[in-house]
Amino acid sequence: MAERKTRRVLVAKPGLDGHDRGAKVVARALRDAGMEVIYLGLHQTPEQIVEAAVDEDVDVIGLSVLSGAHMTIFPVVLDLLKEKGASDIVLVGGGIIPPEDVEELEALGVKKLFGPGTPTSEIVEFIGTIE
Amino acid sequence: MADDEGKKRWLEETYPVEEERDTAFITVSSEPIEPLYCPEDADIDYERDLSYPGEYPYTRGVRSNMYRGRLWTMRQFAGFGDAKETNGRYHFLLERGLTGLSVAFDMPTIMGRDSDDRMSMGEVGRCGVAIDSVEDMMQLFDGIPLSKVTTSMTTNAPASILLSFYLVTGERQGARFDEMGGTIQNDILKEYIAQKSWIFPPKPSMRIITDIMRFCAAEVPRWNTISISGYHIREAGSTAAHELAFTLADGIAYVQAGIDAGMDVDDFAPRLSFFFNSHIDFFEEVAKYRAARRIWARVMKERFNAKREESLLLRFHTQTAGCSLTAQQPENNIVRTAYEGLAAVMGGTQSLHTNSMDEVLALPSEKAVEIALRTQQIIAFETGVANTIDPLAGSYFVEHMTDRLEKEALDIIAEVDAMGGVLEGIERGYFQQKIADAAYRYQLEIESKRRIIVGVNEYSHDEQPDIDLLKIDPAVEREQIERLKKLRAGRDAGAVEAAAAELRRRAEGTDNLMPTILDCTRASMSIGEIVGVMRDVFGEYKEKPIY
Repeated sequence: MAERKTRRVLVAKPGLDGHDRGAKVVARALRDAGMEVIYLGLHQTPEQIVEAAVDEDVDVIGLSVLSGAHMTIFPVVLDLLKEKGASDIVLVGGGIIPPEDVEELEALGVKKLFGPGTPTSEIVEFIGTIE
Repeated sequence: MADDEGKKRWLEETYPVEEERDTAFITVSSEPIEPLYCPEDADIDYERDLSYPGEYPYTRGVRSNMYRGRLWTMRQFAGFGDAKETNGRYHFLLERGLTGLSVAFDMPTIMGRDSDDRMSMGEVGRCGVAIDSVEDMMQLFDGIPLSKVTTSMTTNAPASILLSFYLVTGERQGARFDEMGGTIQNDILKEYIAQKSWIFPPKPSMRIITDIMRFCAAEVPRWNTISISGYHIREAGSTAAHELAFTLADGIAYVQAGIDAGMDVDDFAPRLSFFFNSHIDFFEEVAKYRAARRIWARVMKERFNAKREESLLLRFHTQTAGCSLTAQQPENNIVRTAYEGLAAVMGGTQSLHTNSMDEVLALPSEKAVEIALRTQQIIAFETGVANTIDPLAGSYFVEHMTDRLEKEALDIIAEVDAMGGVLEGIERGYFQQKIADAAYRYQLEIESKRRIIVGVNEYSHDEQPDIDLLKIDPAVEREQIERLKKLRAGRDAGAVEAAAAELRRRAEGTDNLMPTILDCTRASMSIGEIVGVMRDVFGEYKEKPIY
């Protein structure tokens, strides 16, 4: 993690799902908490996400996946980060992800997944204090 | 005669305001609600503002006999995995009393992409049923005669294609186009505003919609060409007033588009339909539906000069609010859905989908969807609310809220008009910003506990839900891809080439696209291939994100 005062966070929705209410609320909460948010938006491929994350020199990537495609998407993003030598970028996410998949993804390297009902204060706190 | 002084006196002398609970008395839209509503709060002219069921302005109902003549259609939105699995679910539901079909497509189908498209990886069959071709559509309705049922299909950007798949399926079953009834959502404006499943930019998208309106008016007269929607706008976080206003503003834009395309309003307006959310604040929702009918009738009569009665009727489908459901203690969602379904019925809906309790976690299981359907049946047959029409009319509170929502909606519609219409509003981010602001405010209310969500920020515990969730077999994706390969290998390449060429020619010009999309369908072109031709000509939309 870069030694820097202001956390830079990239928020994106990978794949085809357009349900962005949660991603937007989180992005705004992070922004209101003083972080720099790069909101990449919808329909992003893992390649586009990682490229933007590296270009923008972010500390954290936050992905929102409600479509059930999380077991495909998160591992690909982790692999691409490794490929680009950018594994110091922390990957977090949220959406509709069953508990057993949460376990598996966190074991693979996703730092934290936030399920429905998580207060934004908890997300802000977590992202703000990642080492 | 209303006595303005009585309530004032009661508030000042009797009502113990200092003993009020320490909470905000607000609707789910954050509208403040008073302790009491009295005659002066609902200053209505009965004949002018309410009238009678089936009579202008239809505040009390679009049909003169409403549920005494025919209950609302119990139309559960369903789809998952492949066409065969979903066909099984349709039979399951029909056997249990479903009275109308509703198709939920997967994300690739929604976005006009084939199951083997790069962007479809991991998504096939997960949010709905995978439909790549008319052959899949035929499997979807196996054993279901399309001349005997009505079907709503939630498709927007590629609606022309899914409609064609449906029509050709009926054709192959031996049904005539004029025997088939149903709805395509086909409401692209709300995609740019809220649901975000667009493909092409606004102008060509509106052209496709007017082509469909014109085609169906002539060839498929029982078809609702648009389901002008507020559901998704509300799900994205808007208030009830926004939902109402933005939906009707979209409706106005479609009517204008039809007129600008050279059609007579009475030729297409009767087949415009609507789709609203039913959220958890009971009275606000009932008021919203009543206000909707009244506003639309007046708009169609006064603004668009419609002459046929059918053009004035706001007929609508309702879905209970997905965004009100919780992942925590999911059985509570049965209760939420029941109240929301009740509000829709007391608001006079023509058709209803009730959510399943497990939908925050997965697509509905058989057990959960059966409960959801039974919920409607209990409302219909046990609660007594269908015995009489518009039972809440005359309630000071309900009439006050109806007026209030109507006024707020009309103000917003006027604002949209002043800025040049919905397309201009979308360009400026007007709707998107209002929605984002409301969604954020709602979240802050929950986090500060100004708003209680049972099981989430109050009455919560750490127990994991103990329910069996529907799982999508990853084999579905592989099998769909195999099917596509076979489809492409087995068809007449010449017919495909000719159909694709004609589609391109028409897309570049002004001839109606529907007949040629039907030819593409009969030539077994896949959805991705048909959309591909259109995307080449029309381009792709990209939004400027607002949060």
